[in-house]
Amino acid sequence: MTGGKSPFLWTLFSAGGTVAALLFPIHLFLTGLAFPLGWLDAPSHESLQDLVRHPLARLYLFVLISLPLFHWAHRFRYTLYDGLSLKHLAPLIVVVCYGGALLGTAMVVYTLWNLP
Amino acid sequence: MAETITLSVARYRPEEEAEPTVQTYEVPYRKDWVVLDALNYIKDQLDGSLSFRWSCRMGVCGSCGMTVNGEPKLTCAVFLSDYLPGPIRVEPLQYFPIVRDLVVDISDFLEKLQKVKPWIILKEEKPLSEGEYRQTPDQLDTYKQFSMCINCMLCYAACPIYGLEPGFVGPAAIALAQRYNLDSRDMGAQERLDILSQKGGIWDCTFVGECTKVCPENVDPAGAIQQYKLAGAAHWFKSLLLPWGAK
Repeated sequence: MTGGKSPFLWTLFSAGGTVAALLFPIHLFLTGLAFPLGWLDAPSHESLQDLVRHPLARLYLFVLISLPLFHWAHRFRYTLYDGLSLKHLAPLIVVVCYGGALLGTAMVVYTLWNLP
Repeated sequence: MAETITLSVARYRPEEEAEPTVQTYEVPYRKDWVVLDALNYIKDQLDGSLSFRWSCRMGVCGSCGMTVNGEPKLTCAVFLSDYLPGPIRVEPLQYFPIVRDLVVDISDFLEKLQKVKPWIILKEEKPLSEGEYRQTPDQLDTYKQFSMCINCMLCYAACPIYGLEPGFVGPAAIALAQRYNLDSRDMGAQERLDILSQKGGIWDCTFVGECTKVCPENVDPAGAIQQYKLAGAAHWFKSLLLPWGAK
């Protein structure tokens, strides 16, 4: 094994970036424009609840939220390192960034698990 | 009366001064002149002591790279008319030690270039009687773009990571390593990955993307590095899951 943990973290970064770039625009369009402006009929609360009851829908939401958090963590880490020249705080930055993404992921799991 | 344009040129004469200074020159403005023509005018007509590198004047040799108005450019490829009304600031390429005036020390790049083994590696040469190593047009197309690099080092001068981490192998060298990895005749991908997985290799790149923006040959080093990272990550997962399989 070479490259330390970099390949693993980069894979999460890269997968998260792909998810964010491909799927976020669809959600933003639907929930941010099409539904509120009445271009499309908004689904009812009940039908959405029915939808997320399905395990595949929950898995989708997990991927949709968790991976981009790791994308953020990686990008923000290097923004702090290089953009703000804070590399001397590396251990703290790593904990805050990836810890934040892990915490967010835990919250997603908790929320999705406990959906009625 | 002929029009003129001002060039503010960085000077550094190590035997005379400790820090680089700026000298301004008025040169004739001609629509068909590139910045390199103006520098040559200065050298021939105004100040023979100005030092800079150039050779082909046509974007092939890669030796006239300088910082023009803050951006890394081949001075043979940017026209005076791009910078009207002037003045035009001409400085040496960023992040490289300055030898004199606009001439930088490129030995760091040459060392790194050699480190990534940018040549075809064969496990075994086949005998001449078996003929040449043939390649289809499709096989050529997979790496051709990365082979267009002219080693002008504009991408190094544009890369903030190279500025911050002098150990970083850098865009052009990684793109050239990838050029040979993608070559159907080559068998050295593993050797190169072993070198580029280490500190200073592909994982140092944070995908700023400036290398690709400044490349005069459209090589897209940033794309090459991301491809390389994908291959590196795949290899990493493989060696994690099958420790006995991959090397």
